[in-house]
Amino acid sequence: MTKGGLLALAVVGALMGCAAGNDAPGSPTMAKIRERGRLVCAVDGAVPGFSTVGPGGAFVGIDADFCRAVAAAVLGDPSKVEFRPVTAGERFVALGSGEVDLLSISSTHTLSRDAPGGNALSFGPVFFYDGQGVMVPAASGVRSLQELAGKPICVESGTNTELNLADRMRELGVAYQPLRFQSGEQAYPAYEQGRCAAITSDSSLLAAKRSGFKQPAAHVLLPELLSKEPSAKVTIQADPAWADAVRWVTHTLVQAEESGLTKANVEARLAAARRDPSQAEARRFLGVEGDFGRQLGLPADFTVRVVKAVGNYGELFERHLGSATPLGLERGLNRLWNDGGLHIAPPFR
Amino acid sequence: MNALLRRLRAELFATPADGALSVALIMLLSLGAFGFLRWALTQAQWAVVKVNSTLFAVGRYPIEQQWRLWLLTALLVAASGATWGLLRAHPRPDRTGVLWPRNDRLALVLLALIALALPSALGLTLAIQTRWWGLLLLLALCRWLAGRFGANLSSTGRRLAALVWPLLYLVGMVLISGGLGLVTVSPSEWGGLLLTLLASSFAILLCFPIGVLLALGRRSELPLLRWGSVLYIEFIRGAPLITLLFLGQNILGFLLPGGLAPERVWRAAWVLTFFAAAYLAEAVRSGLAAVPRGQLEAARSLGLSYPKALQHVVLPQALRVALPAMVGQFISLLQDTTLLSLIGLLELLGTARTVMANPAFLGRNGEVYLTLAVLFWGCCAALGLSSRALERRLDPHAVPSAT
Repeated sequence: MTKGGLLALAVVGALMGCAAGNDAPGSPTMAKIRERGRLVCAVDGAVPGFSTVGPGGAFVGIDADFCRAVAAAVLGDPSKVEFRPVTAGERFVALGSGEVDLLSISSTHTLSRDAPGGNALSFGPVFFYDGQGVMVPAASGVRSLQELAGKPICVESGTNTELNLADRMRELGVAYQPLRFQSGEQAYPAYEQGRCAAITSDSSLLAAKRSGFKQPAAHVLLPELLSKEPSAKVTIQADPAWADAVRWVTHTLVQAEESGLTKANVEARLAAARRDPSQAEARRFLGVEGDFGRQLGLPADFTVRVVKAVGNYGELFERHLGSATPLGLERGLNRLWNDGGLHIAPPFR
Repeated sequence: MNALLRRLRAELFATPADGALSVALIMLLSLGAFGFLRWALTQAQWAVVKVNSTLFAVGRYPIEQQWRLWLLTALLVAASGATWGLLRAHPRPDRTGVLWPRNDRLALVLLALIALALPSALGLTLAIQTRWWGLLLLLALCRWLAGRFGANLSSTGRRLAALVWPLLYLVGMVLISGGLGLVTVSPSEWGGLLLTLLASSFAILLCFPIGVLLALGRRSELPLLRWGSVLYIEFIRGAPLITLLFLGQNILGFLLPGGLAPERVWRAAWVLTFFAAAYLAEAVRSGLAAVPRGQLEAARSLGLSYPKALQHVVLPQALRVALPAMVGQFISLLQDTTLLSLIGLLELLGTARTVMANPAFLGRNGEVYLTLAVLFWGCCAALGLSSRALERRLDPHAVPSAT
């Protein structure tokens, strides 16, 4: 065959590929995951409540369970996940180079990370609303930032945290003494020994560190937040179909909580919806009616699989972060929209 | 007893100033020791180590495949026992060989104490405790058999026996990673001490030949070879290891089409190897520089070809000189493996980080780091001790010892 012939063949092949892409909701990443038979999911591996390795060798945490939910949706089996611990510094590179399919790491959604001229990533819906908080000893009686005037505050140097604190205190016109530490390993013991009147970091992290203190109950978080840190699950921008699938898995978790579907009752609710044609909304959400699954390139009953694998958002939160865990986080902003929080799932229709 | 007291007095209380210094130091040391013991026995909560002992040992290695690691441990123990016995059965001609001298008994008693105390302190199940006892018996048995009958082994037999180790390394690789009919265990599930030892032993074994070649290359008279070696060594020594590790982890994925890049545990192990090779090359070069030129010239004038002269005359002397520096390099390589935790691998330090982040064990940093320190000290001390034994065995000027 001549060179020209080869070229023509390649062009025709490429065109056919495009045509096929428009026709079915195919995503190269999902095709790769199905071919490989498992999802490669990046987790941090050392964030309490979000992802750690349990004594049995299994990854535990809300981020780890999200990986399982996605695997349940795409492959039908929550155990088909290869967890890939990556550090904060290399997470975006690992995603960009195709080492991992999905970042299930607390990554704050920011413009520069999202924009095509920046990191060019695709962010799902906000999965966890965090914010920079301030912790003080309960006995000190401090209840607001103003009361910290003239007092030393522990911060990790070179972080956003340090800048946010400086910004807010300048706005409030409060003079304070920043006590800078190279790392959290130095800052928290210093705070616990009483070298500073307060310490600031992400609220979830403060709560986690507090649970390791000798007297956790002796420390409280101030109600004020210094910054907003909405974190989301991240995929590459070059595969919108995959980003959509991940986005709607997140929505599924939230919608399931709103509809009162739990890991325990989802089977019964599905059976009820099958029997009763009048439960239109439940029938659509659970894939009895319509073809939402197919439109996303997922199985028709992906919502059922997700909830059966990990439960709804509220269950996830309570299991890994809530008051029954050593972390004891308040749900706060992470409540549902109809309960005073910020989590809302767009309609499944 | 009197002699001991007299010696203590001469060493610690020779002059009043010496005495004051000794008293102060002894008080300081016992204060530290007392504080440490009080922490370790009353304040520390060792549950974090007990519960996670498997994680620290082998990481996320699937539990139903762990019999392979037990088998490998048994093979290693048997080979160690046999080697121990053979070394005793064939002492250097200028030494007297006694089969069960004091040192051996001491070692066995120590091992027995560890095998008795450690598994029960860790709260391991009886089945696993018995396995450790079985391993100890196996060690003693192989040591005794090889010591008893090893003397009859011909020199060819001894050479073949040495081949057991490289063979065992290959067998171990297959046992750990799978293949040849065994279920594959992906490297991403290796962790803890297993990954630390695997990565460091892989790098140590491979960096040695590469380092020797680089050292010879750097001293070569062929310009291309010389400048190539110089360029490589200076490039590697000019970049921090962590930079190279990041390069290997993240840039290879961009350069190679998806799926072609090796599994990232191997990438990290190769980066460690190439990094250590450059430093090892310089250690070997210092050894080569210490061998007088006359040695090579004499060997050549006797009609030996250049490679033969290197192999039989120059390298043995050079490597013996370079041995302490090389072992230092190996020990620091073993410790450098902790950097793998920064690229997301769950070797010992990575495992420690994730264990300390477990909500059930928050704030238990002291216990975890102390365990890590003991494990690393054990590995490094073993390397150091064996290198000293090797040095003594290779020392051509050794005085025949009395024991």
